[in-house]
Amino acid sequence: MIIRIMGEGQYRVPSSLLDELNVIDNRIVDLVAKEDEGGYKNELARLISAVKEKGTPLGPEEIVESDLIVPPEDLTLEEAEKIFGGSGLIED
Amino acid sequence: MGLLNRMGTVMKSKMNRMVDRMEDPAETLDYSYQKQLEVLQKVKRGVAEVTTSKKRLELQKAKLMQSMDRLDDQAKEAIRLDREDLARSALERKNTLQSQADDLDRQIVDLKGEQAKLVATERRLSTKVEIFRTRKETIKAQYSAAEAQVKVSEAVTGIGEEMADVGMAVQRAEEKTETMKARSAALDELMDDGTLKEVTGSGDDIDAELAKIRAAGGVDSELARLKAEEGR
Repeated sequence: MIIRIMGEGQYRVPSSLLDELNVIDNRIVDLVAKEDEGGYKNELARLISAVKEKGTPLGPEEIVESDLIVPPEDLTLEEAEKIFGGSGLIED
Repeated sequence: MGLLNRMGTVMKSKMNRMVDRMEDPAETLDYSYQKQLEVLQKVKRGVAEVTTSKKRLELQKAKLMQSMDRLDDQAKEAIRLDREDLARSALERKNTLQSQADDLDRQIVDLKGEQAKLVATERRLSTKVEIFRTRKETIKAQYSAAEAQVKVSEAVTGIGEEMADVGMAVQRAEEKTETMKARSAALDELMDDGTLKEVTGSGDDIDAELAKIRAAGGVDSELARLKAEEGR
């Protein structure tokens, strides 16, 4: 499975990691709904380090589409809310 | 739906806008390549911008440090001249400057991280663009139009995601440097129009007071010397 961490590049990770990522992803949904900024930041950092720890970075010469896209680590709670609201990270 | 799914959707819509598909596969490839070169230029400009902002903050920091050193010297001199009140106000001003300097330090560290990320992004993208260029020529030369359609789609989609990611990274970096620029312009203004000088910066009034004491001391010692010479 290929995962992109935005702003940092792609990683190849074992598919078994998906369950773990899903658990964290669900927690993030709750925390954003509760506007718990500290908790949200922690979970996003955990999500990203899980991908980095369990994955191997793809070389720059590989050009492939990712299966999953993880937002950048410095994504603010406000930006995350925008993404959930469907308006995206950056205005077009 | 989780954040990851949403993020994927956002990226997909960005990508679709970036990689317009043409009727002719060769045209699609050339168009995509052109777009890649544009994005690469944007990253380069982004790196330059972040570097300039960082330099500007470092300059401001150096200015603040100079002012702080000066206040330190004034405080020492005031103590030597037995004027604790002046020493105290010099140190109070220095404290205010210190918190400004700490704030600048944090921003500089932030920008350093941003700079490193963009430099890595530029390197990654330029490798991919070069590989794409080679692949594009191969596809054009080796495949019939029908076969090429699939190959083109693969090549263009993979690089399209990269471009969408890089495009967003550059845009976010620009937003960050804009915010910092505004803050540092505000600090410049404070330092220039004397608001900070008043509270902190030049400490001219302390200087004037110290000079007065110094001058008075000079007259006293001159008087003493003359008295001694005249033997009185």
